[in-house]
Amino acid sequence: MVTTHLLVSALISGLLLGAFYAAIASGLALVFGVLEIPNLAHPAVVVAAAMLVHTLNGWGFDPIVAGLLLSPFFFVAGVLFYSLYRFTFEMRGAPDPLRSFSLFFGMAFLIEVALILAYGVDFQSVEAPYIGRALSLGWVRIPYRMLASFVGGTLLLSALHLFLTHSMTGRAIRAAGTDQEALRMLGISPVRIRQFAFGLSLATAALAGALLIVIGPVTPSADRIYIGRAFAVVVLAGMGSISGTYLSGMILGLAETLVLTLLGASWATAVSFALVLAVLAVRPSGLFGRLR
Amino acid sequence: MLTRRRFTTTSLATAAAASLPTLAARADSKPLRIGFSIAQSGGLAAGGKAGLLAIEIWRDEVNAKGGVLGRQVELVAYDDQSNAASAPALYSKLIDIDHVDILLSPYGTNVAGPTLPIAKERGRLLIGMFVIGLNAKANYDRYFSMGPWGPDPQLTYRAFFDLAHQNGLKKLAILAADAEFQQSAAEGGRRSAKELGIEIAFDQRYPANTTDFSGLLQSLQAVEPDIVYVCSYPTESAAIVRGIDEVGLPSSVQLFGGGMVGIQNASLLESLGKQLNGIVNYDTFSIDPKQMHPGGQEFLDAYAKKAAAAKVDPLGHFLPPYWYSTGQVIQAAVEATGGTDDKTLAAWLHANEIQTILGPIRFGANGEWAENRVLMDQYRDVAPHDVEQFRKPGKVVVVAPEKYRTGDLIKPFDKAHS
Repeated sequence: MVTTHLLVSALISGLLLGAFYAAIASGLALVFGVLEIPNLAHPAVVVAAAMLVHTLNGWGFDPIVAGLLLSPFFFVAGVLFYSLYRFTFEMRGAPDPLRSFSLFFGMAFLIEVALILAYGVDFQSVEAPYIGRALSLGWVRIPYRMLASFVGGTLLLSALHLFLTHSMTGRAIRAAGTDQEALRMLGISPVRIRQFAFGLSLATAALAGALLIVIGPVTPSADRIYIGRAFAVVVLAGMGSISGTYLSGMILGLAETLVLTLLGASWATAVSFALVLAVLAVRPSGLFGRLR
Repeated sequence: MLTRRRFTTTSLATAAAASLPTLAARADSKPLRIGFSIAQSGGLAAGGKAGLLAIEIWRDEVNAKGGVLGRQVELVAYDDQSNAASAPALYSKLIDIDHVDILLSPYGTNVAGPTLPIAKERGRLLIGMFVIGLNAKANYDRYFSMGPWGPDPQLTYRAFFDLAHQNGLKKLAILAADAEFQQSAAEGGRRSAKELGIEIAFDQRYPANTTDFSGLLQSLQAVEPDIVYVCSYPTESAAIVRGIDEVGLPSSVQLFGGGMVGIQNASLLESLGKQLNGIVNYDTFSIDPKQMHPGGQEFLDAYAKKAAAAKVDPLGHFLPPYWYSTGQVIQAAVEATGGTDDKTLAAWLHANEIQTILGPIRFGANGEWAENRVLMDQYRDVAPHDVEQFRKPGKVVVVAPEKYRTGDLIKPFDKAHS
């Protein structure tokens, strides 16, 4: 029987989960949504970040601080990787989507194997004062680890949205996905902008990795759990919309938890993805995307 | 597809065998090849890597003593990436190209699923590696399971319900992942409850990989169950254990746990630490001296020496003894029958009891163990961040079944948890 208690809990869980989904999808929204690079390895990068956060946590760093410390290194890694991608794919004409998918699928597998070699196959976790405790709001108790993930995800997406809409570089990144000629006419190198955007996407992965391992223990293969949801959030949002990515994460999180509560677990994932298909059928550009 | 092939005859073992004149002549014969796929990546890799290390330890020991019937043992192992889709091709290759003598199933019920029809079609003997209910419908007489689930795999966790019944507990809440194995275990719980006159007051499925159980655990407050039976996978098990401290349980709860996969693993034992106290959960191996069988401690010592370098579960108390024992089962059958004929081996395995580090094993008609030997352990006085504490008895006490009990259940849950 569905009680008010269960329904309220489902709503809260959905919102907390939604912000986390949005955090994982934010980097993908940049590279897939704006630059149209199908980075299937993005969730694997998030898991790699989670593992490094585990290492830094062992040295005494708070997990979220560790994620922030890692983000510049991930930014540099993203810039370097994009340079390689540009040399091997984009400079040889329009990249074949199938080849790009193969490359990133291979990258995801390589990252997983590298993590297995470095950390083994077991679960890795972190310690923090807010893990294992909960905030009491009347009869509702909200785990601080989920709350940390919610706050972290919300701040990350807000900062990204403000950067893309209010800074020159941010606007240039959005333009790089649509009109590179216009960028050149303004004296801005589209290559540098795309490099920067790819770096930024991996920097967000570092923070998302911190949130992932705060929520629960992580194994090297955990990316497989999130890859479908990350792409679903980006596609549901409409390619390239960061604010839309946040709201789509919320919609997917709420859909999952409400369907779980009202219809049962077997329907939770299916209905969520059916929702994505239904939205695309009515509005192919996604809920918050611009028609191109 | 990236797969890894291991032909693993060690020079050390060969040299040792060659140093024994009586065996050296027999060692000229072709090696005994044991073939299988085993997850070295993907979701099942934790168990797969530890399992492979354990059977490699058995192989090295046997080869150092001259092999099986004078034949050196070779393991032909492929990484199935925890992916059931890879199994048909790998097992066809193992049979038709590698010409292995003995077939083991992949680790993991879902991955192993496609291999039974292949083995049956070819008339090959198949040993199921820690898989549950694989032969339930096929009734293949050359299938043998290396798992303590007993003749009715749905009743794997029956000891949990017998324990509840013995303690006069009457009101049950079920929390189970929406996945085939866990739903089968949940159904077994419903059957046991009905049989023992236990009321099912709460029965909830949740999607696999759920990370926040605060809502579900809070909803137990209104139900006030005596027993909370959980059928979960590792990610969820960790979230549920954390959830207990985060949102609490009703004071009515006397018995919590049952079928939580993963918390037997050293990494979760270490990270969850004292949060585990009071939980009663299934296990497959006990280090208590009363439960230890010949060779068991020697195996654990050998495993511990190699586990750190292999970056696998450092304790090896859960899955690895089963892989080592599988080698012992193969050795016993091959030596007793004098060869590797599938039909003869199957007949011998059906008819005989085999001594292993898990104790004596006898297979039932459907290839499962004739006796359910799943243990129910209660975690007690576990300290945080110390995996070494689990190498000695005392922190994990067997409270059921009666035959294997090493201590009494502490209840209610609040008392045991604190």
